[in-house]
Amino acid sequence: MAASVAVPGVRVAGGRTSDDLRALWVVWKRELIRFRRNRMRILTSLAQPVLFLFVLGTGLSTVISTADGFDFRTFMFPGVLGMTVLFTSIFSAISIVWDREFGFLREMLVAPVHRWTLVLGKCLGGATVATIQGAIMLALAGLVGVPYNPVMLLVLLLEMMLTAFALTAFGVMLAARISDVQSFQVITQLFVLPMFFLSGAVFPVTKLPVWLGVLSKLDPLSYAVDPLRKEVFTYLSIPPVIRHTFDPGVSWGSWNLPVFAEVGLVAVAAVVMLAIAIRQFSRPT
Amino acid sequence: MTQIETRPAVTRSGSAEPAIVAKDLKKTYREIEAVRGVSFEVATGEIFGFLGPNGAGKSTTISMLCTLVLPTEGTAHVAGFDVVADQARVRQRIGLVFQDTTLDDYLTATENLRFHAELYGVPREVVAVRLRQVLEMVDLWERRDGLVQTFSGGMKRRLEIARGLLHAPSVLFLDEPTVGLDPQTRSHIWSYIQELRRREQITIFLTTHYMDEAEYCDRLAIIDNGVLVAIDTPEALKGSIGEDRVELRTDDDQQAIERLAQQFQIKAQISEGAVAFHVPGGEQFVPRLFAELGVTIRSIRVARPTLDDVFMTYTGRTIRDAEASGSERLRANPWMRARGRR
Repeated sequence: MAASVAVPGVRVAGGRTSDDLRALWVVWKRELIRFRRNRMRILTSLAQPVLFLFVLGTGLSTVISTADGFDFRTFMFPGVLGMTVLFTSIFSAISIVWDREFGFLREMLVAPVHRWTLVLGKCLGGATVATIQGAIMLALAGLVGVPYNPVMLLVLLLEMMLTAFALTAFGVMLAARISDVQSFQVITQLFVLPMFFLSGAVFPVTKLPVWLGVLSKLDPLSYAVDPLRKEVFTYLSIPPVIRHTFDPGVSWGSWNLPVFAEVGLVAVAAVVMLAIAIRQFSRPT
Repeated sequence: MTQIETRPAVTRSGSAEPAIVAKDLKKTYREIEAVRGVSFEVATGEIFGFLGPNGAGKSTTISMLCTLVLPTEGTAHVAGFDVVADQARVRQRIGLVFQDTTLDDYLTATENLRFHAELYGVPREVVAVRLRQVLEMVDLWERRDGLVQTFSGGMKRRLEIARGLLHAPSVLFLDEPTVGLDPQTRSHIWSYIQELRRREQITIFLTTHYMDEAEYCDRLAIIDNGVLVAIDTPEALKGSIGEDRVELRTDDDQQAIERLAQQFQIKAQISEGAVAFHVPGGEQFVPRLFAELGVTIRSIRVARPTLDDVFMTYTGRTIRDAEASGSERLRANPWMRARGRR
């Protein structure tokens, strides 16, 4: 190799599957690097669920009749897992808006790879980060009377993964339409908080007035929180009355949805939102 | 395993095919004609500059060549491929350095480059070698593990240039590579660009509105209001004027302009606070001027033609005047506004 021609033989991405996989992998990896580096973010996004569980939960348990010794925070625990995943996923997804603001999005969009690899990589990255946060919360189970059963922990983890992926896809879909950082506040007020409150994460949704009950059934997060709660309640030894009140499930008319139907709904929603997100990012300028 | 396309620099340099061919490129945003039909060719290995005020259509042209913006009309080929029909192939063969930074501040220099290497499919076995090569070229090897958010503006720009080169593109596009940087950093960046051309023999297409930078280009295209008004080497452009520039400061500029027109048949104008005009053999003209002008001259300056004069001759105004009026065009176009941010 001559001195003036010191460029090593470089071939570039050309639409091969291996190229797409590398792009997918590196977009995923970037999310993890950024997550690991931003300790403040890890702390702040855990502060909220901890606050809900131990401050709001403890406060509420003093007014909610627990004659049978049932800890209200045990009820809240799966909801708070859902909350952790919800907030972390949406936050990861919305970082696309920051990427756009600071120009990095352009570095990705001009690369000679298929756009779906970038969107899918982002969704998987956000989902991984959210699952890690969820797992940290899961470690607190013992403090609110939830046993550390390995099977339960594994099932909860898998359910959180799926939920995290669906929610990140949802966030990425929204982020495609947002051009400025300020709109993020609007998104939080308009989607994230209502989704959280209506999902049955903080209170049972069975005895609600009709309008609120309908909204709750329309909330996709309901179908993600309920399987988490069912899983937790499987391992609790509590009287049937309590179980009926605090783990009512989600029913359409007289049909009480089984876990697989709920999980299936979340999975279908995830795929649909991912497809929409990919389409939005594939439009030419 | 499908064919691996290796493009060592040796085979690249000898190619007689132009690196860029643009034919009657046009881009219209609603009512605004940002680019009104430009045609030009850039030879392989050339440093080709687009010179013009902000809002003249430089960024829009570069965006069309880089497949980021679809042309309204006309065609362009970059590295032999059509920018509309063969977007992916064009993207593989070009490197881009944008006006605004597109680095991830939360990653280190190395992580930013590795990200790029993965996206562009640079083979794993050459990534480490190539990474060191480009980082050393821009003097950032020592800072490779520093977070980008700790870098100065000049360091970030250098890192972006390194990144643009990482996948060994055959054409490197630099959109205002030195805008907003101090003079020392600017001259450093230019020495990297010169070095780069020597070592990697790639074609460089850049835009600038700095006259002194334009001097470094092999050939220059002057663009104003979306139209190319001249293309040639900086020397030939200056030679084409053939006249020296004279700047007068007098007690009565208005009268001086009238006298110049009557007595010498010279059309002068006020530019940056002085009466300016062009005349062949400026030094010989000065004594006549003192003898015959009839207006008190306070100071006089005679200069060989510069690219400023070239710009003025072809467009009727200085680039700074053009910037001032061009900013209105800029404001009218939301797309340009976003791109024009520094």
